[in-house]
Amino acid sequence: MTVVATAGLAGPRRRRQRRQRRVLGLVVLVVLLLALCAASVMFGTRTIPLGEVWTALVRPNGTELDIIVRSLRVPRTLIGVLAGLALGAAGALMQGHTRNPLADPGLLGVTQGAAFGVVFAVVVLGANGLYGYIWFGFAGAMIASVAVFLLGAAGGRGATPVTLALAGAAVSALLYGLIAAVVLGNDQGMEIYRFWRVGSIAGRDFAVTGQVLPFLLLGLVLAVVNTPGMNTLALGEDVATALGQRVGRTRALGVVAITLLVGAAVAACGPIAFLGLVVPHLARAVTGPDYRWLVPFSALLGAALLLAADVLGRVLTGDSFEVGILLAILGAPVFIVLVRRKGLARI
Amino acid sequence: MTRKVVAAGPLAWTVRPRAVAVAAGAALLLVLVAAINIGLGSSYIAVPDVLETLFGGGTAREQGIIFDLRLPRTLTGILVGAALGLSGALFQSLARNPLASPDVLGITWGAGAATVAVIVLGGYRGQVSGAVSALGVPLAGLLGGIVAGVLLYALSWRRGIDGYRMVLIGIGLSAIGYNTVYWLLTVGDVNDAARAVTWIVGSLSETSWDAVGPVLLALAVLVPIALVCGHTIGGLQFGDETARGLGIRVDAARGTLLLLGAALAAVATSAAGPITFVALATPQIALRLTRSAQPPLVGSMVLGALLTVSADLVTRLLLPELPVGVLTAILGAPYLIFLFVRSRREARA
Repeated sequence: MTVVATAGLAGPRRRRQRRQRRVLGLVVLVVLLLALCAASVMFGTRTIPLGEVWTALVRPNGTELDIIVRSLRVPRTLIGVLAGLALGAAGALMQGHTRNPLADPGLLGVTQGAAFGVVFAVVVLGANGLYGYIWFGFAGAMIASVAVFLLGAAGGRGATPVTLALAGAAVSALLYGLIAAVVLGNDQGMEIYRFWRVGSIAGRDFAVTGQVLPFLLLGLVLAVVNTPGMNTLALGEDVATALGQRVGRTRALGVVAITLLVGAAVAACGPIAFLGLVVPHLARAVTGPDYRWLVPFSALLGAALLLAADVLGRVLTGDSFEVGILLAILGAPVFIVLVRRKGLARI
Repeated sequence: MTRKVVAAGPLAWTVRPRAVAVAAGAALLLVLVAAINIGLGSSYIAVPDVLETLFGGGTAREQGIIFDLRLPRTLTGILVGAALGLSGALFQSLARNPLASPDVLGITWGAGAATVAVIVLGGYRGQVSGAVSALGVPLAGLLGGIVAGVLLYALSWRRGIDGYRMVLIGIGLSAIGYNTVYWLLTVGDVNDAARAVTWIVGSLSETSWDAVGPVLLALAVLVPIALVCGHTIGGLQFGDETARGLGIRVDAARGTLLLLGAALAAVATSAAGPITFVALATPQIALRLTRSAQPPLVGSMVLGALLTVSADLVTRLLLPELPVGVLTAILGAPYLIFLFVRSRREARA
């Protein structure tokens, strides 16, 4: 028997059960995330006990341990949590706005736009290293996303799920072609691109986090603000309009939130794929279709999975795998098993 | 709309004039573009002479140049493009999702992972065991794609094939495939990485008669089966119960179409790499041009071939060092965008 969450005429008892399950899930996720943060600061090529971590944070005295904790592990953990929150929430928004289970947070062209910005900065302007190209990545993400939204909305009454998805796929493909054209003729661009392309949260210090933090926070706030409108939109555009909702405004808000979240996460960490695509499907199995729950769940779950993959990678492979790769190679089989075991709720 | 039904024994097809017109128009254009593409090269041959030679005339010198040297590249482009277009049309109909294409569902990335492994591990990074490196790139791609297709089928099967489950499983398989590819790129030498990226984007520059034979043979088998089975696609769009009511054996039909789509994508990918965007875009372009309910099979094939060969032509004229897959995206994307912007304007007017 496949169990598919049904919205609508649930009896009071079922509604209470679902509510309990959601609250319980939220508590579990928050506790899990805190535990993973602790693990992320403790474990690595050398294990640091929690007591010494605490000392390093509160009363640092310049020992090697203090430096490892304060300048390597804490920033890495922080950017991991932020990127995970962003990609999870953006994935849920993206799938909701395109009504498409195949929608990846990068579908708006954000990821390829950021990649193009990075490649352009490296090849044309000779930028070198993270600080040189982070803003170009962000600008590329913004421009691509606006272009996709305008194309998706062109000639009609605004963007619809299908036109958004197709415009996103078309623009992403176009940018992908251009990126390939640029890096194939340029060894240095190729060298930077192939490492940036897989996504990593290593070697990011507080400066990087500080640069993208305002965008991430604003994006998260807008994502939460967008959720009631998305619930109405899920009834169909005509119904939403009849209920007095401004469909165009809701869509635009969603696009702005997605762009801020994914643009900042990709600029800081590279395109960590798979996470934002899969997390909403897992979260939906617990929350059902209500976006007010689904978006926060997806965000927390995204952060937890990203940290877990990063810590595992450090402990098992001595940090020789980028987190984006490990996440997919470990996560995909688990996801496939889950899909087979229970039918995940549909969009 | 006047429709005719063409029957051949137990099989019947509905013929829609608009679909026929689109396919015929695209086919004429394809002949023209292919002839120009064959004529290009160190010694230029004009289009009429190319056509004359292809249909048995021409001088001995022209015959030599065209048949020995130039035809394989264009023919591979036509075959690979047609296979990708048809594969995309099958997957999009099966999943009832315009984003469902063999690369999203992991088929091309399965082929990609196998191929890039051969390129990178057989390159500067030391030696793979003899058997694998001897198999070479095309065979590795074919095997990888077929393995991915069989996995997709086996993992999606649970008392039948459900389109939605297939899509989710495909996401997972695809993620494993492309992350393996990008991981291999980071461990490999930069020159191997560049070769691998060329392959990932899709390239026709290294095709010869040796490459054409297997593709031609595979398509000669797969395409008729797809066209015969294609009549079930329309029925499947209505949902399982209605389809059963129409006398379609739903699970058998879905399984057949899935494996056909996977085999077509694997064959195409093994010949020229997963030429970007053709499988996703051409079914959608064909759908909008023919104004049909789901991607038309023949139209998707002809348009796939046309897009691929046109991209090859533009590449050779303007940017000879680039792989063709760069141009399929750059040419195909604006046209697809133009089409759906226009169709929505019409819908409003």
